[in-house]
Amino acid sequence: MSGWRLPSGGGIDRDKPLGFTFDGQTLTGFEGDTLASALLASGPRILGRSFKYHRPRGLWGMGGEEPNAILDVTGPDGFTPNARATQMRLRDGMALTSVNAAPDAARDRFGIMDLAHRFLPAGFYYKTFMALGWMRWEPMIRRMAGLGRVDPGHHPAADAVPMNARCDLLVIGAGPAGLAAAKAAAAQGRAVWLIDEAGEVGGSLRWRGGQIDGGDWREFASETVKAVEAAGGRVMTDTTLWGAFDHGLYAAWQRREGQPDRHWRIRAATVVLAAGAIERPLWFANNDLPGVMSAEAALHYLRLYGAVAGRRILLATGNDASYPVAAALAETGARVTLADARADGPNAPEAVELLRGARLTKAKGAREVGGAMVEGGHVGADTVLVSGGYTPSVHLWCQAGGKLDWNAGADALVPRPGTCSMAVAGAANGGFGLQHALEEGHRAGTGTGRAPRAATTGDWGLIPMRPDPTLKGRQWLDPQNDVTLKDVKLAAQEGYRSVEHLKRYTTLGMATDQGRSANFAGLAAMSAITGLSIPETGTTTYRPPFTPLPLKTIAGLRRGELFNPVKRLALEPQHRAQGARFREYGGWLRPSVYGDGEESTLAQAEAKTARETVGLYDASPLGKIEVIGPGAAELLDFCGYIRMSTLKPGRARYGFMLSETGIVHDDGVVFRLAEDRFIVSASSSHVASVRMILEEARQDRFDPRRSYIHDVTANWVTITLTGPRAGDLAHAAGLPDRMLALPHMGVAEGLWNGHPLRVARVSFTGDLSYEISVPARHGADLHARLEAARAAHKGRWIGLEAVMILRAEKGFILVGKDTDGLTMPHDLGWGGPRDKRKDEYFGRRSLFTPEACREDRRQLVGLVSEGSDPLPVGAHLVASDGPRRSLGFVTSSHVSPTLNRPIALALLEAGGSRMGEALTAFHLGETRSVQVTPACAFDPEGGRLNG
Amino acid sequence: MTRYSAFSLLREGLRSHRGWRPAWRKARPKPAYDAIIIGGGGHGLATAYYLAKNHGMSRVAVLERGWIGGGNTGRNTTAVRSNYFYPESVALYDLALRLYEGLSQELNYNVMLSQRGMLIAAHTPAQMEICARIANAMRLNGVDGELMGAEEALRRIPLLNQTADARYKCMGGIWQGRAGVARHDAVAWGYARGASDRGVDIIENCAVERLLIEGGRITGVETSLGTIRADRVGVAAAGATPGIVAEAGVRLPIHTYALQAFVSEPVKPCLDTVLLYLGTGTYVSQSDKGEMVFGGGLDRVPTHAQKGNLPAQEVVISGLLEMFPAFGQLKLLRQWAGVVDVVPDSSPVIGPVGPEGLFINCGWGTGGFKAIPAGGWLLAHLMAKGQHHEISRPFDLDRFARGRLIDEAAGAGISH
Amino acid sequence: MQIFTCPFCGPREETEFHFAAEAGKHRPEPAEEVSDADWADYLYLNDAPKGAAREVWVHATCGEFFVMTRDTVTREITDVTALPGRDG
Repeated sequence: MSGWRLPSGGGIDRDKPLGFTFDGQTLTGFEGDTLASALLASGPRILGRSFKYHRPRGLWGMGGEEPNAILDVTGPDGFTPNARATQMRLRDGMALTSVNAAPDAARDRFGIMDLAHRFLPAGFYYKTFMALGWMRWEPMIRRMAGLGRVDPGHHPAADAVPMNARCDLLVIGAGPAGLAAAKAAAAQGRAVWLIDEAGEVGGSLRWRGGQIDGGDWREFASETVKAVEAAGGRVMTDTTLWGAFDHGLYAAWQRREGQPDRHWRIRAATVVLAAGAIERPLWFANNDLPGVMSAEAALHYLRLYGAVAGRRILLATGNDASYPVAAALAETGARVTLADARADGPNAPEAVELLRGARLTKAKGAREVGGAMVEGGHVGADTVLVSGGYTPSVHLWCQAGGKLDWNAGADALVPRPGTCSMAVAGAANGGFGLQHALEEGHRAGTGTGRAPRAATTGDWGLIPMRPDPTLKGRQWLDPQNDVTLKDVKLAAQEGYRSVEHLKRYTTLGMATDQGRSANFAGLAAMSAITGLSIPETGTTTYRPPFTPLPLKTIAGLRRGELFNPVKRLALEPQHRAQGARFREYGGWLRPSVYGDGEESTLAQAEAKTARETVGLYDASPLGKIEVIGPGAAELLDFCGYIRMSTLKPGRARYGFMLSETGIVHDDGVVFRLAEDRFIVSASSSHVASVRMILEEARQDRFDPRRSYIHDVTANWVTITLTGPRAGDLAHAAGLPDRMLALPHMGVAEGLWNGHPLRVARVSFTGDLSYEISVPARHGADLHARLEAARAAHKGRWIGLEAVMILRAEKGFILVGKDTDGLTMPHDLGWGGPRDKRKDEYFGRRSLFTPEACREDRRQLVGLVSEGSDPLPVGAHLVASDGPRRSLGFVTSSHVSPTLNRPIALALLEAGGSRMGEALTAFHLGETRSVQVTPACAFDPEGGRLNG
Repeated sequence: MTRYSAFSLLREGLRSHRGWRPAWRKARPKPAYDAIIIGGGGHGLATAYYLAKNHGMSRVAVLERGWIGGGNTGRNTTAVRSNYFYPESVALYDLALRLYEGLSQELNYNVMLSQRGMLIAAHTPAQMEICARIANAMRLNGVDGELMGAEEALRRIPLLNQTADARYKCMGGIWQGRAGVARHDAVAWGYARGASDRGVDIIENCAVERLLIEGGRITGVETSLGTIRADRVGVAAAGATPGIVAEAGVRLPIHTYALQAFVSEPVKPCLDTVLLYLGTGTYVSQSDKGEMVFGGGLDRVPTHAQKGNLPAQEVVISGLLEMFPAFGQLKLLRQWAGVVDVVPDSSPVIGPVGPEGLFINCGWGTGGFKAIPAGGWLLAHLMAKGQHHEISRPFDLDRFARGRLIDEAAGAGISH
Repeated sequence: MQIFTCPFCGPREETEFHFAAEAGKHRPEPAEEVSDADWADYLYLNDAPKGAAREVWVHATCGEFFVMTRDTVTREITDVTALPGRDG
């Protein structure tokens, strides 16, 4: 426990203490703290355990690069597993729990794993656990792996609001370079969106400070924000630009205090990437000990939160940027030793002990830092700060397709100009120092005139710092996943040398920090081992997300009904008032049955009523596609299996639409209302695809000016009356006589009570039926008129389940249920057009492939079974003797209340030639005897069609 | 080859692991081989392994333009299963599953086959009927298929969405107990090690530039590392296959699409099976590391770029949260895309094409990983014998002209 | 998310579009003169080009079919053309 808090200073509100717990221990932070700053200033150092060896882990960084300080957090917004302590604000009453540790981080009982480390090198699991089968070992491994836990009872709301935006210039990162770019562009009147992951603009200026154009940087920043807003732009902090996608789309995750997150999809005309750079670790023995921290982060915690990393600090570096860090820490009264690996460098800051040409080789301490070895000598220290150079944040550049080049001066991979349309400025471009950032930002914002000027100029004098394979002890490259230099050596020795193989074999860079610090280390290590340069060693691919973001942010509002909205009937309130139970059928919410009681009993009763008197059902979801114009008939002839040009106006005809592969795509009735006007009925779930088949032919094959296609499904309410008394009920409801007098397959239009009306005599039940359609806004009126007359004719509203029984009794198919993706029309007994039509139609040639001509195709049949229970749908048919090979399967099955026995439809191999044959139905190991019959089980002569 | 075992790990642990040899030799191309396999993914490496093991051919080269296992083998959600409808499919995928079941021992490389079972979850009575149809077909075809009820499904997967406003409540579905997951990279590396040990040359960073054809026969390939001769060439290059065989005048029924996969941050075990939801189209399992590994439908824009798009991400991720509202606590860690080679019937194409001596194994679409052992076994048979194995016969390219497609979606009642 | 330009509606997000087919296919007719192989070729075989591609797409919301020229690797769109006859 070495971190402490200055009595004053930092951006926290010392008048507002916040109580919280860590692993049960009660601690205090302040308003304005992050979890990390509060823990650093007041709390224990061991914040968690590593993945494999369960080594103690402490705070390393200050942002998305943090690999170690990962906590399960219970707070006012509920439970968050794997929260990055550096990026979550402290709230009063939060309970923080370490991850991957039992019972807690300090006393983790799996810590003994580390003793066996020499037997658990990279990829050890590929070499063992085979003898008894992996399943024997896996549960144990699974329990020991994983970080945080999921709270099973916590269901975060689907409340992240998706937002869409456009701007002239998107500036990613509001540090000095980003601010300069935004200011320059705003001055030209461009709409600039300036986005930063932190809670305020400024980037490294926030902790490094700086004078710009003669004033404090805060003046420059606030002028910039004002200028951006005045020019119609926007500044968004607490916002992570997490992905660059096709055609200039950028996705951003905005966090809002006390409000749901927003998910922004931003289309930017131009982009400036000013995402800065991340400090690299150093590699020495035990460099994973708690108390080893990024120097930059230490300055960050000091300046922003008044939190000091330690009292006896060793800072090891190879660049000038660490000098101000050492100076600032010394000012707090901490004892600071600065070990610079370079022989030359700036003068020693006041009160700082400077060792030149001094390399840190080892951190000492069993559970946390207790000292260090520098150039063979012991240095007393409770804290080791390190700076191994800086890695430019080029992720979004690469996501957008940009390539990288090695820049020796920056000792880093930097954007290769011309490989991506983004502009890059500042440290993200490998140029370090404030003046450099301001100038590049100004240029990137296409600024004219003089760039903002900083008081200091700076070349940081970086020298390359690398893992050293000759050092004794373990050097961690990926502290979360426990990948050490030895693991890379082993991977190289075993041939896993390509960067991707290295990553996959050792898991290097696959931790929740996205390899921010580990990837470079891995490259550097492989390069040191193989002797190849870093660019020759290669890089892994950068993909979204830049920083892990909540799944719920991307999912947005899609949950529950909004996940995939159902289509609703215009008359849903009326059906509900009558006790309808609703279910989804083909995307529509429709009444399954009416009333209380067991569903199948109700459906039976409803079907029986419909056969005896009259049933009424809402058929509105049936697709209605109008095809209009002088070319309509020829278009339908081509698109349909059955010709419609020979249909007379006022008449209807049943037809099929095939796919070009000859498969039955849909079936339904086509109405010809006039010489040049048809309505195609489509199954409710096939409306869109039927329309597309028609449109494609209309535009690609015919003269598109001669026909017009219009889907009017949603414009009409259709109620079907079916049963012997359907006509009486229609009459009583006041339907015009001329419509009552329609013959079977007749259709007529007219005006009724001042609004359009269409009546068709088509039947999906085999009984006398009237399909009555009115414009949707008059649906309630139609419903009321039918309802008023219903009781007198012993009518009953029937749900889809009853309709299914009625149509199955007649052997009428449902495409997709009684057909599958192989069914052709001749399999359904409709071979006529295939044999006789000489003109071209959609799917025609496919009906004559060798497969289509086979005698033993699966054909539609009916089945009679023993007993009173219906056959299970999905049961397969097998020969009653001999090997059990599937001959087909049951597609529909009901008990017919009219026939008082089970009925079933099936697709059966050579079914047409098996009438009367006895077969066995197989279902989950059980069998029943069945007999093959024609599909139509009820009124095969069709006498009931006319009442 | 150093044999892998707990003992050898212990021994090497005591001497700083100095004794481990490269898992596969870094070979340079020889001028000629008995057989060349283009594509160093799982299928190509398995082909080489079985050519050597089953057919005694060791003068074999695998040519990989990048690093082995870097295509779809290393970019998938690692499920293995044989819960298929048509007998042809069951024969194919169950051959693969059976080979997977012995693979770690056979290769002496732990591919971490975890037969934790897979549920295809249904949400409507109509879907349950289709599930019954498939489960019965599986049984009649001799593989383990069960129709699972909602109660048992919930017992196995307690975090399933059971809230009142769930769009898709699980009614049960098809359960296959032998299904599960395996470690994808290990499959590629294990086959590579096994093949290399049997004398196969695995040549990475070797791009095939064109096929050499003389007098209607394949005679070799032109590569970035020079000409390599062989009178038998197998192509197992997924989405790159059409481009490779185009020169031989072969066109294939393939479109290429990006298929994305996703990984969440790791959490302690809370999902013990593989799950596919018919309602959302999202599938998920939890890796041994604790990450949720999940995916869904294709990005429906034909592409050759290994890059995912945002709309599909929104659909797949919201699908996962609809299935598991508690996973709204998790963060997205990684996302990637593979280019998958999709055939109209979503079944692979295996067989001879074009000039004599040229064979292909492609069109695995979204499901190639689970078939790797079978794909290799069958392509090796073809290349060694010059004719189909009975299991690969139905998957020949000629099925399109015959009209005998093997469309699992068709078996599930989807007409298209 | 890609932006495609429907000749009828203008630029829209990719989710509104469906890929229909590779351009340049001609439906072989009449059926009785088309071999099984030629028909399968028409129905199923593609080039799946890596790079420049000409394809037929449909804007699902308005129903417009059109030809798009684009790159299947870079995803750059170079041309969008209405089917012949639409404006004629």
